[in-house]
Amino acid sequence: MTTLFTSQKFRRTAVQVMFVTVVVLLILAMIIVGRTNIADQGIATGFGFLNQTTGWPVSFSLTDVGPRSTYTQVLFAGLLNTLLVGFMTLFFATLLGLFLALMRISSNSLMKLVGTTYVEVFRNVPVILQVFFWYAILTHLPGPRQAYSLADMAFFSNRGLMLPAPSLSGLDIVLFLIGCVAIGFGLKSFKFKKTGLRLPLAILAAVALFVVLLMTGREADVALWSVPELKGLRFVGGVSLKPEFSALLIGLTLFGASYIGEIIRGGLISVDKGKLEAGSALGMSSFQINRYIRIPLAFRAMLPSLSNQYVWLMKGTTVGIAIGYPDYFAIVSTSINQSGQTMELLALLMGGFIVVNYSIGFAMNLLNSRLKLKGRS
Amino acid sequence: MSTSVVPPLPKQGFGNWLKKHFFSTWLNSVFSVLFGALLIWICVKLSNWAVLDAIWSVDDKEHCGHGAGACWAVIQDRGRLIMFGLYPYDEQWRSTLACLVVILTIGLSCLPSLWSIKKLPALWVIGFGAFVLLMRGGFAGLPLVTSEQWGGLSLTIFIFSAVFVLGMPLAVVFALARRSSLPVIAKGAGLFIDLVRSLPLLAVLFAAAVVVPLLVPDWLEGNKLGRVVIAFAVFFAVYQAEIIRAGLQSTSQGQEEAAAALGMPYWSLVVDILLPQAFRNTLPSTINQAVITFKETSIVTIIGFFEVMASGNAAIGGGEWTEQFVEVYVFLALVYFVFVFGLSRYGAWLENRMRVGHA
Repeated sequence: MTTLFTSQKFRRTAVQVMFVTVVVLLILAMIIVGRTNIADQGIATGFGFLNQTTGWPVSFSLTDVGPRSTYTQVLFAGLLNTLLVGFMTLFFATLLGLFLALMRISSNSLMKLVGTTYVEVFRNVPVILQVFFWYAILTHLPGPRQAYSLADMAFFSNRGLMLPAPSLSGLDIVLFLIGCVAIGFGLKSFKFKKTGLRLPLAILAAVALFVVLLMTGREADVALWSVPELKGLRFVGGVSLKPEFSALLIGLTLFGASYIGEIIRGGLISVDKGKLEAGSALGMSSFQINRYIRIPLAFRAMLPSLSNQYVWLMKGTTVGIAIGYPDYFAIVSTSINQSGQTMELLALLMGGFIVVNYSIGFAMNLLNSRLKLKGRS
Repeated sequence: MSTSVVPPLPKQGFGNWLKKHFFSTWLNSVFSVLFGALLIWICVKLSNWAVLDAIWSVDDKEHCGHGAGACWAVIQDRGRLIMFGLYPYDEQWRSTLACLVVILTIGLSCLPSLWSIKKLPALWVIGFGAFVLLMRGGFAGLPLVTSEQWGGLSLTIFIFSAVFVLGMPLAVVFALARRSSLPVIAKGAGLFIDLVRSLPLLAVLFAAAVVVPLLVPDWLEGNKLGRVVIAFAVFFAVYQAEIIRAGLQSTSQGQEEAAAALGMPYWSLVVDILLPQAFRNTLPSTINQAVITFKETSIVTIIGFFEVMASGNAAIGGGEWTEQFVEVYVFLALVYFVFVFGLSRYGAWLENRMRVGHA
């Protein structure tokens, strides 16, 4: 018996078996207690409720949902809302972040000062405070009749932002997708080096093809751009961004840009100066040095942190619930209140975010493994 | 005799400084002029609004909203609400004192001379215990104030410090478990860490506030604040665990082997050799994580706690001060900024100091 306990192999196995047993027992206990607690409150279990109608409206959605939609439809609309605001945030925050990074590494001290001040201010204030702030600003704007306008094309009122938009029909969107696929294949199949055709020319050709497709394929009597106009008490035409959506987008973008800007700056300054000098010694122009040396190396260095930040920003969209933007979390939380199906909805909530986060992580890893220096792990 | 060639000294003087920093190329000059003008315009507008045209006292509050300036009277009027929330008026000195104790504890734990695996936890237990006792009262003639009445900045500080104090040891446990040589424990810890990390903080806190009561027997429920703080600490710990794990990985293999050769037991190796180095190597990331956590305490507003963010919203929600939302939000931003900026400056200083010591 003593030899059994002094045997390291036995102890290792025993500890692991105990660990698994404790975890399994805890989970079992929670399930049993949970079942009785839920049964006491008279709530049904299972995923049957997903086919029932919700009975409450959703204030903003891309798909057509209303009080008569089922929980499945409403939850899907919420997921789309999260993805919409999330991806728009990632796009704009990356643009602004790039701009900030360039400002901070510029040789001009004034630009450095502006960039640094921006980053310090926006990074050190909680994102929810920024979202609240923009929401308060947007809802305190004057009504539609006194709306601020930008060259009579865009209007800012307490109903939201009215922006001109291309008026696209379903057919146009199909054409757009075909165009994107065509551009993708076109770029892939071109052998730039052999034909001597340069990349910008190829892109130009693809865009021209796309525009031709769009112009010939669209309905004749619809204007290309739809501009918002004040008709009576409300605006007609264009695209209207509700205050909730705009505030969340503005707040998250301004906040995220300060982090993304620092990541991009870190990537840019991590590039060894000797490599840039080697480039110029080879007679490369400064454009070529940036294009072939600095940007690829910097991109590799920043990609892992950038992917973390993207995942973080996507999760950060959940603060939208504070100002009434119906994102996935807000829809799930309302559903829990209304249907009482706590466990099932929470599982769906976790599942949704895990899928979204792993997809971003997967895409960024794919990019990373395509880009990383060969032979490095 | 060879004459050494001395490179010409860079030109000194204000004109050259100006040229180097603002007008080195024509593009830079254009940017400097445009941005300079914009910056001066913004600074003038801002100082007019915030200082010159501002209204400072409640006596003058009928002028609020009519002039061009800020109305800081709202902070004078609602300051106590923002700072203390619903904490009983006569007992607010206790809240102030408790906050000072915790800030002192945080300040003391920044002193490298106290960084030992025994002193630091003891310091935290004492400082944090004093905070809870003072806030809660119920002894020595101090009236009991339950956690439902805690609010404002003191609740923010409570949540932050409790998350830090509970989360740190948890993070060490998670990190060691993930590095464990027992495959089941390592895999289990890894799965748990990855799972929690992929969730939004808000979802985790929401689950703690709403779902946990359904899953545990009544006697284990505790109060809502306690549950939320524990969930927050677990969330902090899974992120911090990855930081500590990176620190443990950065210690050289030879040290572990040396300890094994000396016959040092595993726990002594971890506590005396690996963890101190891991913490020192990852100090910048740890400070960064603390900063993020401090800002994230604002999220508990959404699940119904009355910390400084929620108190600020309440201050402008009452009707009398609804137009003064900019002033209140700017004030809240300043409050967060002071804490966070202080923490990150301290981190930068420490990083610098350690670089000098170790290079």
